[in-house]
Amino acid sequence: MSSDVNRGGPSAPSALTAGTIPLEVVHARSFTRNPDLAPIEDIREEILKLEAAGEWIVQRVPDDHTEVTTKYGRTKKIPNRHTWHHKSCGQCGHIPGYSTAIFWLNRELGADYNDPRDQTSCTAWNYYASATSNAPAQAAVAMRNFAAAYDTGFYPVIHCGTSYGHYKEVREELVRHPDLRAQVRDILARMGKPLVMPEEMIHYSEWIHVMRHEIRKRTVHDLSDITCVVHPACHYYKLVAEDAIYDEEIYGGQRTAIMTSLLEAMGAKVADYSTWFDCCGFGFRHVLVQRDFTRSFATLRKIERMKEEANPDVTITHDTGCVTTLDKSQFAAKAHGRNVGIPVMSEAQFAALAMGAHPYRVCQLHWHSTDYRPLLTKMGIDWEKAWAEFESDLERLRSGKTEFLTWDDANAK
Amino acid sequence: MTVPVAPQATPELKAEIFAKVVADTRFHDYVHGCYECGICVAACPSARFYDFSPRKITQTVCREDLDTFWEHVNVDVWNCSQCFSCDRCPRGNSPGGLITIMREVAVTSGLRSAKQALEGGERVVYKIMSTGTQVSPDMLQPEAFPDWGPDVQDVSKNLDLWRRALPPETMHTTTTAWEIDDKTLVELYLIWHMTGVLDMIKAVDEGLHMILNDVMEELLEDHDIVV
Repeated sequence: MSSDVNRGGPSAPSALTAGTIPLEVVHARSFTRNPDLAPIEDIREEILKLEAAGEWIVQRVPDDHTEVTTKYGRTKKIPNRHTWHHKSCGQCGHIPGYSTAIFWLNRELGADYNDPRDQTSCTAWNYYASATSNAPAQAAVAMRNFAAAYDTGFYPVIHCGTSYGHYKEVREELVRHPDLRAQVRDILARMGKPLVMPEEMIHYSEWIHVMRHEIRKRTVHDLSDITCVVHPACHYYKLVAEDAIYDEEIYGGQRTAIMTSLLEAMGAKVADYSTWFDCCGFGFRHVLVQRDFTRSFATLRKIERMKEEANPDVTITHDTGCVTTLDKSQFAAKAHGRNVGIPVMSEAQFAALAMGAHPYRVCQLHWHSTDYRPLLTKMGIDWEKAWAEFESDLERLRSGKTEFLTWDDANAK
Repeated sequence: MTVPVAPQATPELKAEIFAKVVADTRFHDYVHGCYECGICVAACPSARFYDFSPRKITQTVCREDLDTFWEHVNVDVWNCSQCFSCDRCPRGNSPGGLITIMREVAVTSGLRSAKQALEGGERVVYKIMSTGTQVSPDMLQPEAFPDWGPDVQDVSKNLDLWRRALPPETMHTTTTAWEIDDKTLVELYLIWHMTGVLDMIKAVDEGLHMILNDVMEELLEDHDIVV
């Protein structure tokens, strides 16, 4: 290996990483969870300094919150209720039971929320896939959404892992670059909106993590015979890594605790597999125009490894593209006789099912591809009866007796 | 989908494109030099399936190797999965972030390879920019996703009915992922205009740019907004 690096190349360090490069990472297979030794500064301190300097408003996490620890042992506040839901286009559009389950859990746990119509998607597809956007546009989109949340008094919770990761990138860029802040401030002023930065960036799965014991109390199905594997989403814990929740009780604090903490609390078994760190294969532009890569990666590197090493009843994940990719890619692989066939769903859907949510009215599993019915049967859920009930709902909609299924309908016995 | 190729180019053009990458605001956030340790490659999904190396791209940029850079900016950057698994770099680099910049420069510069790389993705770009949601229910068409199996056909056939069978009031839509009010769309269009994103579209797809302009103009005029 050559050691002649940095020859004439640009190497100016940024303000946040100067002098903090953890060389030991090259050799170490674990990291230290000590805030004093964290390899990166706490950007939230910079956010508060900018507020003190009059640069922006910081929207505080509501008093009703739970404190957790993140990757390097820092504390993060997660709101328990009163949240503004930054929905995911991929979830709402193609996996609607995902979003519905998140809302259903909030309702069942008595957490008030706002489901806004003045929210756009993060538009990060344009940023990551086609590169037809840029840093000011992406920052303006994020800050427009945050201003809309601030206007309601509800605290923003982000459903999509990519939106969550991307907004953390945007947060760093806005902190580091005064010109960018000024440009975005001007754009928002044109709309009559202030520049507002949330005190913490929150992913919905972090709320589920802190609610896991409440969910456990309401679980009506025995999960002790259910084996799960988890796929942690890259944009949740790799993209601006230090904000993700880690817990000493889960994997010794060396992997994100998200999902595993919930599944263990609910009494399910969580099995390990060797390619847990690999991405799902979504790839943004790949899932659209180079799907041979997506299918191959999802099935060869993920689903087949899970099947061979853990043979789980279900794969649980917590992001839009991951559910889509891992679920939809299995059809073609099965047609080729590959060792696939694991149902895939979000932990929100799985938790809702365990709490007695309807598999079709709430979890909308008919939008999924890989057969989930054996899992439901094993959980003690009569899916044939549930489908008949849903068919009856559809008939009422077809006949014009009712225009939409309501939340009351969703919980009807 | 056309596989992008690196065309012949003068040293001056290569240097000009390279300078645009280095001049980007985010460049020094993402590039700090490279140890050649290969951790990024070991973590990279694209490296397992393509002749693709985030290490090589980062090294090339650090060494200002313009000829290899030209290959990367035209061809290799489009193979990145943008998962940011490479963000575990011990030097603090973000090869994925660097590639994001390189892709943007390829687009803003109107490189033919960028136009080729974006073929087939126009509908998503249109959806995002015109509706504010990038993945809509009506995109689930069997001809678009034949490898996803017959369930896609079920969704497509029952789309309106199944959307009305969703309890959240904002999600009864078929052409957008959820209901978005017009004022919000106007604000989004302002962002595209004020940040040069429409110019980026024009550089790679004039037809799409024209359609987007028409759609946006109409709503902006309805709200008496001059951009």
